[in-house]
Amino acid sequence: MGGATTAPMTLAQKLVARAAGRAHVEPGEIVDCEVDLAMFHDSSGPRRLAPMLKELGARVRDRSRLVLVIDHYVPEQDDDSRRIVAIAREWAREQALPHVHDREGICHVVLPQRGHIRPGMFCVGGDSHSPTAGAFGAYMFGVGATEMLGVVVTGRIWLKVPHTIRVRFDGRLADGVSAKDLMLVLLARFGMNGGRYQAVEYAGTAVESLGMDERMTLANMSAELGAQAGLIAPDAVTREALRVAGVPDDAIDTLRWRGDAGAAVLAEHVFDAAAIEPQVARPHSPANGAPVSDAKGEGIDVAYLGACTGAKLADLRAAARVLRGRHVAIGVQLMVAPASVAEQRAAEADGTLAALIDAGATLLPVGCGACAGYGGRIPEGARVVSSTARNFRGRMGAADAEVFLASPYTVAASAVHGRIADPREMLS
Amino acid sequence: MSAPLPRARTAGHAAADPASGLASDPAASRSRTARVWRVGADVDTDALAPGRWMAQPLPLLAEYCLASLRPEFAREVRPGDVLAAGPNFGIGSSREQAAAALRHLGVAAVIAPSFGGIFFRNAVNLGLPVLECADAERLHDGERIELDARAGVIRRADGERIACTPLPPFLWEIVAAGGLLPHLKKRMEPSSS
Repeated sequence: MGGATTAPMTLAQKLVARAAGRAHVEPGEIVDCEVDLAMFHDSSGPRRLAPMLKELGARVRDRSRLVLVIDHYVPEQDDDSRRIVAIAREWAREQALPHVHDREGICHVVLPQRGHIRPGMFCVGGDSHSPTAGAFGAYMFGVGATEMLGVVVTGRIWLKVPHTIRVRFDGRLADGVSAKDLMLVLLARFGMNGGRYQAVEYAGTAVESLGMDERMTLANMSAELGAQAGLIAPDAVTREALRVAGVPDDAIDTLRWRGDAGAAVLAEHVFDAAAIEPQVARPHSPANGAPVSDAKGEGIDVAYLGACTGAKLADLRAAARVLRGRHVAIGVQLMVAPASVAEQRAAEADGTLAALIDAGATLLPVGCGACAGYGGRIPEGARVVSSTARNFRGRMGAADAEVFLASPYTVAASAVHGRIADPREMLS
Repeated sequence: MSAPLPRARTAGHAAADPASGLASDPAASRSRTARVWRVGADVDTDALAPGRWMAQPLPLLAEYCLASLRPEFAREVRPGDVLAAGPNFGIGSSREQAAAALRHLGVAAVIAPSFGGIFFRNAVNLGLPVLECADAERLHDGERIELDARAGVIRRADGERIACTPLPPFLWEIVAAGGLLPHLKKRMEPSSS
């Protein structure tokens, strides 16, 4: 059966094959994989894991492979959040976890920033936006707390080898159009189960020309597409970002971790990037997207720049490009919750943050903030335009809020006008 | 819907059905008579486990399960009832409280044409049967059905048989154990002595 072992494989197959200790895996087969890294946060992690571990009478198998990020319930606002965060910190001490990132930013951004992610890895995260690491050529997917417990104890997890859905964006994106718009286009076209819990691989010249922050937005919102993982083959851009994060050069293999020519895919969808316009997804689904002209003029009370999807440095810079020399409309609150401390510092250093604040933005603490609805910053009944990933009813904490999803450019433009606006008219 | 309910089938009866996937554990394969709760497509994890109640203990969080879609659900659902949904049930967050809340309320199974992938895994890990079924939306709210979750077979009051995709045996084993935690416990017992 020599032919079977040399059959071409997609990037997803290669990543899973390595983790399964196999030369070749076929989509659809169920394999048992070794987990290189397991990430969890204060909400999904210790408060759920610790009692189960105790009940099981088991021990952490390899703490060097665990990363705890405290990002959801910080800063602590009430007794409940204080209790949850205290459990996380106490358990980290008790287990002597070597990798704990407390109030450094949102897990999906902190993980690569701190050098935990490299191409070829097979990882799980206690959070649905875990596919974000796929931007670096790592296979990472979200699991619930009980399944995480299984990984923590056994170091392994089962997986149905995914098919690959390839999405190619050829050409160049227009100015004022970003990765977020690409994802809203895909969601409107294919729906929230378009990914069919398979792997989506993003390719094409428009993707290759994106920086890592934008690539992370693509991989991140693979969760909304219903994919298990979202992957981008690593290249020189990846290498440079990882080098900055402190990953040794010989640990960055950009040649091995790409799909073979001729590997079979479930589907390939090709888009002309230049033809894509800024998008807005109406309440209450990320799949309710349409070109910005469709929602233009809808009044808003809150403009929110936040989350792993929409408050990385590139996102803040995009908003600042629109806001420089302008001011937020009267009656509109522009809230900015930077995705990480490092990014907030970088935005401070290059004047991005000043541009946002001069325009009237309110700076919120670094972290998941209102995106996960745990913070309670969005007033009831508010109409919100947000750079986050999800606008399910109640998602941002307020049961009656109406949330429109858009890119950071469009959120900024809308904040200035007090209604949904096209950012392209505001970029010089 | 006034047709009399067929008599509940015994385990032996279910096992005799060649389509039932055979039952080595009669208790796990016994058909149940269940009330159907119907919900639509794309039910997300914020509907099942709203973020603003996520800091609360499960019994309190469960009181708000599906509150935005069916405010009476948490109050009126009875142990053994089943949820029948449209496509993409459980999309969104990885919070397993979405599945835990349903199980806490006694929901015996969720039947839908498709599921959010993480929810599907979480449900199995918490011992909640999840059955893919192209015809799930044909079920009516309030209808009483017999469900053999292991075999993936629904019988309606009029005798119609609706087939679901049964869970693969290695996942059913986890569900039958009551979830991954008891399943792991069982696996670890022999070596821990």
